[in-house]
Amino acid sequence: MPDNIVEKIWQQHLIKQQNGFPDILGIDFALLHEVTSAQAFDMLDDKNLGVYDSSKFLATIDHSIPTRTNRHEIHDPTAKAQIELLRKNCAKHNIPICDLDSTRQGIVHVVGPEMGVTQPGMTLVCGDSHTATHGAFGALAFGIGTSTLAHVFATGAILMNQPKVMQVAFTGELPNGTYAKDMIMHLIAEIGIGGATQHVIEYTGAAVRALSMEQRMTLCNMSIECGAIAGLIAPDQTTFDYIKDRPYAPQGPLFAQAVEYWQSLCSEPDCSYDSTIELNIAELKPMISWGTNPQQAIQSHQKTPDEHNAAMDYVKLNTNQKLIGTPIQWAFIGSCTNGRIEDLRIVADILRDRKIATAVTMYVVPGSEQVMLQAKAEGLDQIFETAGAEFRLPGCSMCLGMNDDKVPAGARCISTTNRNFIGRQGTGSITHLASPATVAYSALAGFICTEFIQHEAS
Amino acid sequence: MYKKIAKHNIQGLCAPMMIDDIDTDIIIPAQHLTQTSQSGFGQHAFARLKKANTDFVLNQKRYQAAKILIAGDNFGCGSSREHAVWAIQELGFEAIIAPSFADIFSNNAKKNGLVLIELSTDTCQQMAQFAEAENLYLSIDLATANVTSKHFNHAFNINPFFQYCITHGSNEVDYLLQHMGQIKAHKTAAVNHSLFIQNGASQ
Repeated sequence: MPDNIVEKIWQQHLIKQQNGFPDILGIDFALLHEVTSAQAFDMLDDKNLGVYDSSKFLATIDHSIPTRTNRHEIHDPTAKAQIELLRKNCAKHNIPICDLDSTRQGIVHVVGPEMGVTQPGMTLVCGDSHTATHGAFGALAFGIGTSTLAHVFATGAILMNQPKVMQVAFTGELPNGTYAKDMIMHLIAEIGIGGATQHVIEYTGAAVRALSMEQRMTLCNMSIECGAIAGLIAPDQTTFDYIKDRPYAPQGPLFAQAVEYWQSLCSEPDCSYDSTIELNIAELKPMISWGTNPQQAIQSHQKTPDEHNAAMDYVKLNTNQKLIGTPIQWAFIGSCTNGRIEDLRIVADILRDRKIATAVTMYVVPGSEQVMLQAKAEGLDQIFETAGAEFRLPGCSMCLGMNDDKVPAGARCISTTNRNFIGRQGTGSITHLASPATVAYSALAGFICTEFIQHEAS
Repeated sequence: MYKKIAKHNIQGLCAPMMIDDIDTDIIIPAQHLTQTSQSGFGQHAFARLKKANTDFVLNQKRYQAAKILIAGDNFGCGSSREHAVWAIQELGFEAIIAPSFADIFSNNAKKNGLVLIELSTDTCQQMAQFAEAENLYLSIDLATANVTSKHFNHAFNINPFFQYCITHGSNEVDYLLQHMGQIKAHKTAAVNHSLFIQNGASQ
């Protein structure tokens, strides 16, 4: 049977296969951040082990930091200690770190691709569940826990059983006004948050091929939200063009050699999948989540379910209710899902020469220093500020409520992030997940909407 | 730290938490993840559910000594934070029985010796009802992979490598370290991805 892309990558990285034991799988690269690495370094010390090859690791600081201008002043003493410990551990083990103000710092899943670290066919891990983002390049990239990170530090390999592979084939053309965010939220709503457990997803179809690299990253990023181990897209010219000339990319004649190899990374015709799902997106409308997990989401013209669900009590919504028109107090643009330059351009195009509603606080947080610098070079920061939004410094910010940026209890936020779990953006906060365009339109109107509606104040 | 204690069985009181899709933000909210040790997470475990409902299972005195959690489908979905496993262990739980578990949570549990047992939704519901109506004490035999009590007797699937590790007090990393020669050889011989990774740190 001809191989699919996941089987190809697995075979190339399989070091040992033995009955009754998990496979030993070689790992090409690991990214790390401050939250899930400290205990892994401790585990090394505990066993008197070193890092097997420090050039196969890259660290950044993203989760615990403030995004205000004086971000070096970290008020939370444990967050401060955590960040300082990452610096100390990286120095000790000679691991490069994209530190604050290095022009390279940012959210780990924005930084990796930006640096050219993420390349087709590689195995890449990070102590972070949104590592599937890197699958956009045809890499097998997945989140691991801290103990597994210690295994990678010590050996450059992990123990894992070969995953099943699910093909998600998008048919039809993505309609104007909808984005990769809507595609992935649609999939999650269809198959559920456990729908792809134990599987790696390969996204296929002309609509996927038509996506830019940044949109592909958004698509793969939320694979974990339907339970998938990873999600990936076979590489093509769009992929190669993005990687070329980035700091970690192969330089000179090596690049052509690399491309030749990367082109072999596709699922063969007549290969088999453990399951296949076909989703027609020709009529897709913008997606908005209503509940307390990413599966609880509907298209803009749809209503909340007929049947009462406990999540409705938390989010203060009723059965059979439209989301359009629901007042919001917060709007957030950013995160590893939607904090890249193309996302910021979409938002700027909508906010240009307009003002957000007075009742709304809006944060625009670039995914990295590179994204921030590019946005400033294009004058996007001015558009955001003029519209009444705050353009802040790079980091995970309001995505997960573990730094200063939190949605207050009882407040409703429309957000480009990836999870609407109870209290995710701050204790008692209510989250509606959506695309950057939907967040921008909603911020202007002061209530959830997916097109430009003039609000009363203007 | 690496746990080196061999374990052959778990016997104890069950606590019922039959909620589907318990996510890792519920188990341990991100605001508590700035700690850099492996302890101190138990006091914050399930804090939001504890606060929202005074009758929540972990607020009830009768379950304070529970060692086995009976849970709903897709337990541990969400983030990769191993802190979720550490937090649950700190509460005194040594095993969780549920219809299914999320993948990363499941991997993390194995590496810390937290035993996850998948049983049918019906069985989990029966166990939970029993644990609520009266005290349910289960005995989990890791060598024979059986869960038993006066009223229940169920075989479960156990990953043979995990079974070996937990019953011998052995750790996965030891197995990997034994294969270092093979790992190094593969990294130089196989399709060499390092060839394509330039050191970008200086740029």
